[in-house]
Amino acid sequence: MIPPLDNSSQDLLRDLAPAVLGALVRRYRDFGGCEDAVQEALLAAAMQWPTQGLPDNPKGWLITVATRRLTDQIRADTARRLREHLVVSLIPADEQIALAADAAGVNERDETLDLYFMCSHPALSQASQVALTLRVMGGLTTGAIARAFMVPEATMAQRLTRAKQTIKSAGRIFPELAAADRAARLPTVLKVLYLIFNEGYTASGGDALYRLDLSNEAIRVARLLLWLLPDQPEVGGLLALMLLTDARRPARIGTNGELIPLDEQVRSRWNQERISEGKQILERALAQGAVGPYQVQAAIAALHDEAPSTEATDWRQILALYDVLGFQDSPMARLSRAIALAMVDGPAAGLAALAELARDPRLSTHHRLAAARAHLLERAGRPAEAIDEYRRAAEGTTNTPERNYLLLHAARLSDSLAPSTTRAST
Amino acid sequence: MKYMLMMNVRGGGSYQIASWPAADITAHIGFMRSFGARLSAAGELIGAEGLSGPDQAKLVRAGAGGEPITDGVFPESKEFLAGYWIVDVDTPERAYAIAAEASAAPGPGGKPLNMAIEVRQVMSGPPSDWTPDA
Repeated sequence: MIPPLDNSSQDLLRDLAPAVLGALVRRYRDFGGCEDAVQEALLAAAMQWPTQGLPDNPKGWLITVATRRLTDQIRADTARRLREHLVVSLIPADEQIALAADAAGVNERDETLDLYFMCSHPALSQASQVALTLRVMGGLTTGAIARAFMVPEATMAQRLTRAKQTIKSAGRIFPELAAADRAARLPTVLKVLYLIFNEGYTASGGDALYRLDLSNEAIRVARLLLWLLPDQPEVGGLLALMLLTDARRPARIGTNGELIPLDEQVRSRWNQERISEGKQILERALAQGAVGPYQVQAAIAALHDEAPSTEATDWRQILALYDVLGFQDSPMARLSRAIALAMVDGPAAGLAALAELARDPRLSTHHRLAAARAHLLERAGRPAEAIDEYRRAAEGTTNTPERNYLLLHAARLSDSLAPSTTRAST
Repeated sequence: MKYMLMMNVRGGGSYQIASWPAADITAHIGFMRSFGARLSAAGELIGAEGLSGPDQAKLVRAGAGGEPITDGVFPESKEFLAGYWIVDVDTPERAYAIAAEASAAPGPGGKPLNMAIEVRQVMSGPPSDWTPDA
């Protein structure tokens, strides 16, 4: 019986995993093989460290073990195919180990950074980018990722294998990307992290005990990215947005798993530590000059987080920020802007803005439009119409907590219209 | 042995949860959640999913060139699959007992719905000593 690795060692392992993989891939190119070797090294650490104690240089230890696994594998492949793939197999294993351990240092940031870009390789599907990022940057096992997305482990293993094959056949991962390539691909990296965050934030349930917290994973990996790219304000903007949004999570789901919207949340349950950290990171990002959509969204989230109630929220400022976001032509941002407008100029103005938005084919049948309309109709004192729209929205959503909230809200409104007849009719 | 328990409901029929009072919706959702948690804790639950409404459903067939040809939306009275559970149990009787529990989910006024649950055994793979060449 092997004693389990304590939490701080587990965190250390997962923090080291990307750097170890970066060092290996830089030297040996074969991403798939390196990735497997690092996973085996992590496993070996989890087995050996509890009994043998933490090595003096944990990263060097992992690189050494992973390199050994990799060279074993390459030798086996070479023997089988009767040809030599890589120069590495000609170098004695001990020399490789020495080199690998020394290679860490100056290039470490670039190596780790390139892994981020590789995980967001344009040839990969979005689902594969997400899975690979969690595996490579988050150091998570295939099983943990599979459970997080509630798919069978075999499915996730296959998805990861295919992703690695795609990267291999797409080629040209290393040598390293030019600075201009990185700048062009950064938005994709950020988008993948935001997708992971949102997957966790809107997760529809499952067994919470066995479900990995994807929001925390996204925050963790975004922190690492900010450490690697401290001068990119949108990286700070994204991390701030995640923290400022995640701060509200404790107040966001009701006892029956229904979504609790912002205006009904118990604000004392918000996580103040997350809020102040998010605000600090956002301020630093904003001071760097180039304002982008993540920073603007983070600023909006910060205004909500600072407000003691819906009524006391600085809606004017939020409306102005949505106008800044407007250049993005994002339908969801426009929808939120219409709500902010209603809070500033009254529900009629908001409803007029929504009527305008309904002409956008991306929105006309979207349940969020119905939900926003329902909300404003209710504020405008038109409950019967609001009930219809809440129900329409409930039919349209595919997210269980959201559907439950919309159904319950419609029902409560309906109960309040005819409190004595609903019970009697059943 | 594995069984799929299917909750088929008729559009426009008794399972019109959207028109129930809030307290009844809450009770129904609460029941479904604790039912799933109990099956899971007993190690019997393989999977369970609720499906989005039939108004979004499409029937798809391949066209001449293999391209998808979609058909929908369907009349309100059509029966549709609202959701399912897959359970792994020792006996068919246990699967029926689980189905009966689901059937008695509370409806309007807290009364059991007694809706029909379709129970189908899931086909298993070949036994371990079976080989294609044998």
